[in-house]
Amino acid sequence: MEDIPVNKKALISAFELFKSFNNTKVLKGLTIDFNTGDRIALIGQNGAGKTTLIRCILGQYVFEGNLSVMNKNPRTEHEELMQHIGFIPQIPPPLKMTVGEMLEFFSKLSNTDKQEFIEIGVNLGLDIDGNISKPFLKLSGGMKQKLLVALALGRKPEILLMDEPSANLDPEARKIFFNYLSNYDKDALMIISSHRVKELENLANRVVEMDLGEVVLDKKF
Amino acid sequence: MSKGFLYMTELDLMQNFRSRWFWAYSLLFGGFVAIMFLSGITESQIIGFVGLSRLMVTFMQVSMAILPIYVLITTVRSVVGDRESNVMEYMLSLPISFSSYFWSKFVSKFIVIYVPVLFALIVAVIWGSLKELDIPWNLFFYYSVLLAALIFNFLGIGMFISVIAKSQEIAISSAFILWLILVAFLDLLLMGLMLKMRLNPDVVIWGGMINPLQVFRTGSLVLFDPKLTVMGPASYYVLDVIGRKAFLILSIVYPFFLGGLFAYLGNRYFKRNDII
Repeated sequence: MEDIPVNKKALISAFELFKSFNNTKVLKGLTIDFNTGDRIALIGQNGAGKTTLIRCILGQYVFEGNLSVMNKNPRTEHEELMQHIGFIPQIPPPLKMTVGEMLEFFSKLSNTDKQEFIEIGVNLGLDIDGNISKPFLKLSGGMKQKLLVALALGRKPEILLMDEPSANLDPEARKIFFNYLSNYDKDALMIISSHRVKELENLANRVVEMDLGEVVLDKKF
Repeated sequence: MSKGFLYMTELDLMQNFRSRWFWAYSLLFGGFVAIMFLSGITESQIIGFVGLSRLMVTFMQVSMAILPIYVLITTVRSVVGDRESNVMEYMLSLPISFSSYFWSKFVSKFIVIYVPVLFALIVAVIWGSLKELDIPWNLFFYYSVLLAALIFNFLGIGMFISVIAKSQEIAISSAFILWLILVAFLDLLLMGLMLKMRLNPDVVIWGGMINPLQVFRTGSLVLFDPKLTVMGPASYYVLDVIGRKAFLILSIVYPFFLGGLFAYLGNRYFKRNDII
C-alpha cells in the first residue's frame, strides 16, 4: 500500500474511488477522509451511492481507485479488518440461526463476552430469554433490528457503519439506540446512512451529502 | 484453518442437521435400504450376485439416479441464495474471509449429504450381519469412497455454478441443463452416436469417460461385473485401453479432481468479484 495516495491518519480514506455496475458509474471518483471521532450523517437520495460506498468499505465490492480502511485494503485484508468494524444493515437478513446460536457465534468470532450483547439487547427492550431458541428470521422486524444493533455495538468496534439502522425500531427503542450511540466511544468513527436527518441532529458532528455518486456537501459542526 | 471457517462450518452444520430436508433426505436413503431388505432383494440374483452385494449394487444405481441432481439443486442455491437474501452482505461484514465463507459452505454441504448415504450403507452391513449374510467388504469400502467422490464432484460443480450465477433461477436452470446433458451422454446415447455418425470409437468412448456420471456408473459396475458385459461394446474399449484396476482408481480420482477443480475456480471467482 506504499504507493496509494491516501491519508494514513484517517480511519477511512478514499481517493478517486470509482464503482460501476454494467457501465453505469455509481461512485464517480470519490475523494474523502473519515477520521477518528467523526459521527457522520451520510445523506442523499436513493441511488446517490451511499450503500455502494458502505459496501466498498466492507470490502464487498471490487472498485477502481484507492480505498484504505485503518490503513488496510478492505478486499485483501478483509477478515482482519472486519474485527474492527460493526455493521448494521438496512434490511435484517433472513438468518436461520437461533438467537442463542447468534449470540454464541458472535461471541466466539469476535472474542466478546455474550453478556455484552445481552445487556445492550435487554436495554433496547429485547426479550432475549424468551426468544433464545427462536430462529432469527422468525423474530419481528423490530426485534431483529434490536438484536443486530446489540451485536454490532457489543463488539465495541472502532468503526460503526449503519445503513438506516433505526428504520424498524419503535420510538422508545430508537431513543435508547441513539442514546447508546451518543455515549459510545468518542474516538470511534460512525457513519450513519439515513433519510431521517432530524434524528441525527444531536448525534452527528459532520454531514456528508452524496448525489449521483459524488459528495456534494461535506460540513463539520 | 481460520476461526471464521471453523465457526461458519459448525453453524452451517447445526442449521442443516436441524432442517426438515436433511431428515427427509436421510429417511429416503435409510428407508430405501429397509425396503430393499423387506422386499427380499438380497435373495434375488444379478450376474451371479446375490445377498448384500446385490443390495449394494442396486443401492449404487439408485444413488446415481438421485444424488447428482439432488446435490446440484441443493448446492447451486447456496451462494447465490445468500447473495439475493442479503445474508451474505451481513455475514461478510463479520471477521470471516471470503475463502472461509466459501469453503465452509462446501465442507458442511459435503458432510450433510454424504453422512446419510454412508450411514445407509453401514445400516445395510449391520442388517446383513444380523441376517447372517456374507459381508462384501471390498464392495462396501469401494462404494463408500465412490459415493464420496460422486458427491464431491457435483458439489464442486454446484458451488461453481452458485458463485457465477446472477440469480437462483439461472443457477437452478443451469444445474438442470447440465444434469440433462450428463444423463443424455451416458453410454446408451454414446453407442447411438457412434453408430450413426461413424465417429472414431476412441473419441466417443473418451468423450463419455469425461462425464462423471458415466465414470461413476462404470466404476460401480466394474467391481461386480469385471468384463462390463452390461455395457455392451463400450466395455471393450474401456477395458482394453485402461484396464480394470486402473479404471477402479480413475473412477475415484477423476470425480474428486473435477469437483476440486470447479470448487477452486468457484472460490477464485468469488474472491475476485463483487460479493453481492
